[in-house]
Amino acid sequence: MNLAYYPGCSGLGTSREYERSTRAACTALGVKLTDIPDWSCCGSTPAHALEHALSGALSARNLVGAAKVGCDTVATPCPSCLSNLKTARHRMADDGFRAKVGRLLDQPAEKLADLPDVQSVLETLVTRVGLDAIRAKVRQPLAGLRVAPYYGCIMTRPADVMRFDDPENPTSMDDLLTALGAEVVPFPYKVECCGASYGVTRRDIVARLSGRLLGAARDAGAHAVVVACPLCQMNLDLRQTQVEWPGGRAVDMPVFYFTQLLGRALGVPDAELGLEQLCVDPAIAFRRAAQAVAARQAEEAALAAKAAAKAAQAKQAASANEGGRA
Amino acid sequence: MDVTNLESVRDDDFIHAVMEESGQDLTHCYQCGNCTAGCPCGFAYDIQVSQIMRNLQAGRKDKVLNSRSIWLCLSCSSCTTRCPNNIDVARVMDVLRHIARREGRVAERGVTTFWDAFLASVRKHGRVYELGVVANYVARTGRVWTDIDLLPRIAPKGKLSPMPHGIQGRDEIARIFQRYEEERTR
Amino acid sequence: MRIGVFVCHCGSNIGGTVDVPGVAQVARAYPDVVFSSDTMYACSEPGQAAIVDAIREHALDGVVVASCTPRMHEPTFRRTVERAGLNRYMFEMANIREHVSWIGKDREANSNKAAELVRMAVEKLRLNAPLYPKSFDVTKRVLVIGGGVAGIQAALDCADGGIEVVLVERESTIGGKMAKLDKTFPTVDCSSCILGPKMVDVSQHPNIRLYAHAEVEKIGGYVGNFKVDVRRKATYVDWELCTGCGLCMEKCPSKKSPDAFNEHVGVTTSINIPFPQAIPKKAIIDPTSCRQFVKGKCGVCAKVCPTGAIRYDMEDQVVTEEVGAIITATGYDLFDYTRYAEYGGGRYPDVITSLQYERLLSASGPTGGHVKRPSDGKEPKTVVFIQCVGSRDRSVDRPYCSGFCCMYTAKQAVLTKDHIPDSRSYVFYMDIRANGKMYEEFTRRAMEEYGVQYVRGRVSMIVPQGDKYLVRGVDTLLGEQVEVPADLVVLAVGAESSHGAPQLAEKLRISYDNYGFFMESHCKLRPVETNTAGVYLAGACQGPKDIPSSVGQGSAAAAKVLGLFSRGRLESDPQISQVDVRRCVGCGKCITTCPYGAIEWMELRGEMKARVIETVCQGCGICTVTCPQGAIQLQHFTDNQILAEVNALCLS
Ligand SMILES: Cc1cc2nc3c(=O)[nH]c(=O)nc-3n(C[C@H](O)[C@H](O)[C@H](O)COP(=O)(O)OP(=O)(O)OC[C@H]3O[C@@H](n4cnc5c(N)ncnc54)[C@H](O)[C@@H]3O)c2cc1C
Ligand code: SF4
Ligand code: SF4
Ligand code: SF4
Ligand code: SF4
Ligand code: SF4
Ligand code: SF4
Repeated sequence: MNLAYYPGCSGLGTSREYERSTRAACTALGVKLTDIPDWSCCGSTPAHALEHALSGALSARNLVGAAKVGCDTVATPCPSCLSNLKTARHRMADDGFRAKVGRLLDQPAEKLADLPDVQSVLETLVTRVGLDAIRAKVRQPLAGLRVAPYYGCIMTRPADVMRFDDPENPTSMDDLLTALGAEVVPFPYKVECCGASYGVTRRDIVARLSGRLLGAARDAGAHAVVVACPLCQMNLDLRQTQVEWPGGRAVDMPVFYFTQLLGRALGVPDAELGLEQLCVDPAIAFRRAAQAVAARQAEEAALAAKAAAKAAQAKQAASANEGGRA
Repeated sequence: MDVTNLESVRDDDFIHAVMEESGQDLTHCYQCGNCTAGCPCGFAYDIQVSQIMRNLQAGRKDKVLNSRSIWLCLSCSSCTTRCPNNIDVARVMDVLRHIARREGRVAERGVTTFWDAFLASVRKHGRVYELGVVANYVARTGRVWTDIDLLPRIAPKGKLSPMPHGIQGRDEIARIFQRYEEERTR
Repeated sequence: MRIGVFVCHCGSNIGGTVDVPGVAQVARAYPDVVFSSDTMYACSEPGQAAIVDAIREHALDGVVVASCTPRMHEPTFRRTVERAGLNRYMFEMANIREHVSWIGKDREANSNKAAELVRMAVEKLRLNAPLYPKSFDVTKRVLVIGGGVAGIQAALDCADGGIEVVLVERESTIGGKMAKLDKTFPTVDCSSCILGPKMVDVSQHPNIRLYAHAEVEKIGGYVGNFKVDVRRKATYVDWELCTGCGLCMEKCPSKKSPDAFNEHVGVTTSINIPFPQAIPKKAIIDPTSCRQFVKGKCGVCAKVCPTGAIRYDMEDQVVTEEVGAIITATGYDLFDYTRYAEYGGGRYPDVITSLQYERLLSASGPTGGHVKRPSDGKEPKTVVFIQCVGSRDRSVDRPYCSGFCCMYTAKQAVLTKDHIPDSRSYVFYMDIRANGKMYEEFTRRAMEEYGVQYVRGRVSMIVPQGDKYLVRGVDTLLGEQVEVPADLVVLAVGAESSHGAPQLAEKLRISYDNYGFFMESHCKLRPVETNTAGVYLAGACQGPKDIPSSVGQGSAAAAKVLGLFSRGRLESDPQISQVDVRRCVGCGKCITTCPYGAIEWMELRGEMKARVIETVCQGCGICTVTCPQGAIQLQHFTDNQILAEVNALCLS
């Protein structure tokens, strides 16, 4: 398996910590990533909202680049890039569309087979490495950490293009987090949109949609939200101060990239995971987790003490009886 | 409100264009409303997505292309995922934006200005330069206070590059845009 | 007497609001009751077995079951007691479900009422006596009324089953509505191509006697032995001689006679064969327009007819037929849309009914299958269909759905596109009801393949505008008022009961609903039976029905008749009147009052007395209340039995 890696533009900026933690986690798991040489932007929403061939060409340039360095699969951490790259490849199965895209490129793809497959880093990890292998490498389980897994709306949809996990109720990240020792809370808004790139232009939309997600995580008793998307992360974390909290009750809700928690569980030093680059202090989540663990231990201890006391009492009574008879 | 003459408002060419470009058969929509039911952005729409579909069936080009909804659609695909007739509604919305852009109709300027700023950045550097996009957007819209409240939150994190990450193949990307424009005007 | 009482819970149907064990307990104290118990489902296998066991164990000679309506289960329990050796009339039923538990919630009041009803049944039972039915011969011939597709199917199935059929059709040809249709949904196959062969079979089947242009005048008798008078209306053509050559039609100078077969789109000749595939293919003269009748002179047809079949002096003729069973298949008629003044109320020539449109589509229709609008013969390019005209509309007293108009509208819209490829059809609908096999798929095809524009909403008015009609409606899905300038408007008029249906029902002694549709015996479990033994239903006379269902019912009714006739003899119901000759004074009042003519004079030792003809008496009881002497008593409902019930209620 020759895996090409497409970081996506935000990895160089607002999602640096995703980029760093992805590379660190992959290294820890022995997944070799070959960067696509001189990769370029996929065009994201602005391109596909303008014209599909343009969007296709911006994506295809990268797919062709990956093929050139002998890779059969491209992995990307960003669902928006994923969606564009996958959709481009999907549409290029149509000869007419492929020709149209080809006319825009310096080096077009001759045939569909020339284009590598595309998958998310999440998919790479759960399908290629496998949960068992990951579980075996966990050094520092995420004990006590209650997390709400949020996949975002486009990682699994539309289903016939994305072909990964369940489009309405994906579970791959749940399973991964569970394997890392975290406790996954039931979260009904796994694929509900956070407001996407409308933060700049229509803050009201993001405030409402992201607010609903954060509120649901809060109400489910999560210590943190875990995401796989730079845009979602930015909306939920950076813009957390802008959201409309349902019921008006704001909390501090740390928002991790799943790769950060993965790295942590695998024993990667925090410094390589960019935890300090999150806006809402991640320590809050770990503190809550530690409290939960402590509380549970205290409870267990109390129970044990009670049982011991009872046993002692019984013993005493028995010996008293014996004494009486004697 | 005027009575709508279903014969005269009907633009068959438009219907065809939407069907052709989206690859979706609009007649398959039986107006169950499920797309609207699940649309996260419905609260901000002027015409709900299922009514966009109905208007498309009736060939009401102006009504649809002049709507704000098509610009506010988040491309989240929940409509597509849940349509009982397997219509890729999100793709239809995408195509409506294409047609509207070609005809220079934009009911939500802010949105397209941001997108244009984004694409301009890509065209120039090969990769998008986030600070540049926001600066460009602010300059074009005059919304100088955009997200100013977030600055103290993000600045200390050292994530925003002060400089664009230009790629070697910048010209290649510029040529993609150039050819796209030529194709369009042809 | 040793009476056993069984009080049923009917699951929670009765048990929910009646203290069932309590009622059983109370009943134990009633006179002659030696056994009583409650039971979960008296009608179930174990429930019935318990009754049989109790009869044997306690040597019961009478049984009361307190449960549901006797309509359903009286026959069941009669068979049960019979199995244990009792006479079936030594059984009474108290209805504590429909009459008690379903209508009241007060548990105590309900329980008291139930106990009283049981007491009444016990008191009556104490006076019951065993009755024995007589058996009688069956006339193995069946009358089918109405020759639409349902009647045709019933007639053919009975005839193939080996019994003689008398088929009476009001019009001069069989075929009903289906004969007027162009194509049929959902397969869009040609209507006359699939119906035609069946019609020919009717005319050729040795077991079928067809009376067309005839009506049932009078029906007497009872199951197994009906006597039916059929009025054969004058056709003014001797059908024995008429060969259907059509020469008379060619030459008839009176060419403005109303064309009923073509739903009055266009006119026809006074002597006429309605359509080429008519069965029987015989000419008939319309005396309201024929010059010979109106002006007293013409006689052209008589001159040209090669077989000399014309009979201007023909008169109606009444024939009597004896049959053992009757199937009524009189179909439906169409709602008179002229009541909708907002749709022009009949003033606009190009606003037509769906059935008229079928005739325009049909190759055998007045336009030879070319769709032309009535006003100017132009081919319409924009056709608007309006559904639910005279259906689902309380304001015109038609609250029901006509069932098939959604489907035929889709069919007609599809055919319109076939006939006029550059046309566009709009269908204004409230809902689309397409719940048959392949029906939903069909309406979807109309929209998806044929581009029919479905608009959800009603049309409020139609206004002529130039040579078009502005159809003003609403698209509720757009939330807007809309209008369509149409060349032709087709109204999907609803179905209503066939004219004269209530009168026919009276003759048949069957019930009909508020709208004149005949009532089946049980809407789910006895759909083709009526409450009159030996009378069955088929097709749209029972309620709007499409062709598949009508045909299904035709076959079902035939199966019922064949089943009935499979028994050599039938048993008469012994619940009939009897004259006590010692008390009868021969006043004859009962003879004049009996609606069935079941009482006749007899001479007994020189005195005239009344006597009931057992096979004719229907047990209606009218004579018993008429007789001044109380000499005539209805078995199983004697004065004493009824008084015992009244006393049980009022005196105890
Ligand atoms: C415009 C239109 C289009 C339709 N298209 C379709 C279609 O495509 N597919 C489909 O499945 N269904 C269709 N239908 C429905 C179809 O017409 C009925 O399902 C079918 O005709 C019912 O058959 P029937 O025999 O019960 O009644 P009818 O066809 O009404 O036949 C009843 C017969 O009884 C006769 N009669 C009535 N009263 C008496 C009397 N007192 N004595 C003697 N004879 C009497 C009548 O003259 C008639 O011949 C359509 C209906 C309409 C109005
Ligand atoms: S979900 Fe599909 S069928 Fe339903 S209204 Fe939307 S587009 Fe139409
Ligand atoms: S893709 Fe657009 S229209 Fe569809 S549900 Fe999402 S926001 Fe609504
Ligand atoms: S009446 Fe005479 S002319 Fe007319 S169709 Fe019959 S046989 Fe022919
Ligand atoms: S008598 Fe004359 S008008 Fe009458 S049917 Fe015969 S030809 Fe026609
Ligand atoms: S079948 Fe359709 S058109 Fe006819 S009454 Fe029912 S809903 Fe209306
Ligand atoms: S009960 Fe009397 S009136 Fe009624 S049918 Fe019998 S004899 Fe005639």
